[in-house]
Amino acid sequence: MAVTEQEILAGLGKIINEITGIPAAEVTPEKSFVDDLDIDSLSMVEIAVAAQDEFGVEIPDDQLKHLKTVKDVVNFIQN
Amino acid sequence: MSTDRVRVVVTGLGATTPLGGDVASTWSALLAGRTGVASLTEEWVDTLPVKFAARAAVEPTEVLPRPESRRLDRAEQFALIAAREAWQDAGAPKVAPDRLGVVVGSGIGGITTILAAYDVYKEKGWQRLSPFTVPMLMPNGSAGWIGIEIGATAGVHATVSACATGAESIGYAMDMIRSGRADVVVAGGTEAAIHPLNIGSFAAMRAMSTRNDDPAHASRPWDRDRDGFVLGEGAGIIVLESEQHALARGARVYATAAGIGYSGDAHHIAQPEPTGAGLRAVARRVLADAGLTGADIRHVNAHSTSTPAGDVVETIAIRDVIGDHPLVTSTKSMTGHLLGGAGGIESIFTIKALQERVVPPTVNVENLDEGVEVDVVLDQPRPLPQGQIAAINNSFGFGGHNVAVAFTSV
Repeated sequence: MAVTEQEILAGLGKIINEITGIPAAEVTPEKSFVDDLDIDSLSMVEIAVAAQDEFGVEIPDDQLKHLKTVKDVVNFIQN
Repeated sequence: MSTDRVRVVVTGLGATTPLGGDVASTWSALLAGRTGVASLTEEWVDTLPVKFAARAAVEPTEVLPRPESRRLDRAEQFALIAAREAWQDAGAPKVAPDRLGVVVGSGIGGITTILAAYDVYKEKGWQRLSPFTVPMLMPNGSAGWIGIEIGATAGVHATVSACATGAESIGYAMDMIRSGRADVVVAGGTEAAIHPLNIGSFAAMRAMSTRNDDPAHASRPWDRDRDGFVLGEGAGIIVLESEQHALARGARVYATAAGIGYSGDAHHIAQPEPTGAGLRAVARRVLADAGLTGADIRHVNAHSTSTPAGDVVETIAIRDVIGDHPLVTSTKSMTGHLLGGAGGIESIFTIKALQERVVPPTVNVENLDEGVEVDVVLDQPRPLPQGQIAAINNSFGFGGHNVAVAFTSV
């Protein structure tokens, strides 16, 4: 079942809000996790594991480090 | 006593305890003789011989934002809440980061995190462990988080000495200021150990009260029929500051942290040394360090925990070294025993007693045990005299750690 980009974005926003307290509305595609959202590497691991549960897509560690923006993660999950 | 030594004062207090979510509510409950001990409602108590404890009056997760609480062990949650109150109470001092330190310890550390994480590991594998598991379980985690929050770079430390931890942390902080390493240090202790494994383990030592039919009256230090301590949880943290720094910024000063004493029993890993030699030593040393005599001490917040073995010998040591004149109390009769948090909250109670000139009572004593020859404040608070007076907080821990902190009024 294909998940739309909007659905992934909404799901990610919810996960990131749960883990970091950042309002879901601020989780927009162009945002960088480190530079814009101030999310540290430990929290990124939590987000990746939660995203795996939500979307059924595993994000391996060697891929995770290349996913710099929200859009990178959305694209990875979609593809 | 050297007169040019740096004097250390107390400028901020913070606590979350079984009696209240802050210092003011805790203190008023103490003076009212209220108890924080109650039956536990968790299912697991069915398998244990002890079915009650002194839970924190305010759930820390109701105070902290959820993203913050989920990455903190419960002991760290208590510590951050208490540290924030203390820091604000001190007026959030402006101090150079490299002159600011933290000393906050825990007796057991993140034990509930360890046990919950092990369940996750066994059931779901390592991939499902929170990446915050290690910072949550390490006993220095509280000190680390507080250091980050206030930007303390002079040094961030965590002493570990079981139930003497909170007092030892305050002693270490005093030493940091006296030795010139810092001008301001946030110090105290925290504990969150109400878990079936801990209760079972303390019960295996026969250290805990099993008065399950009457929890509110279970913690009864010095009572003839006391049968063990009652486990509590929470944190007590204070802001210590060089007198010069405090005066320069016009800070409100609660008391002077006048002296610190330490001794080791070198006797038994958990049992008190029966002659009280180590307890007399720590009393002598704290007096010497503070430049005080026994006659100066008008109040002792005692360690006595309601165990048959430890309570009377502490009072004998107080009588022998300090005298039978101080008003002695054990606030554990109301708060239960916060283990590593005890020295933190009880130092605060000692300071508040000096400030408000009133000693909170020891409740639940029906028959004072034989051999207790000090002036125990029973049932109702009693006043302290005006003028320059001093008081001591005793904290002793498994391992034979004895710590005493002396405070003087301002």
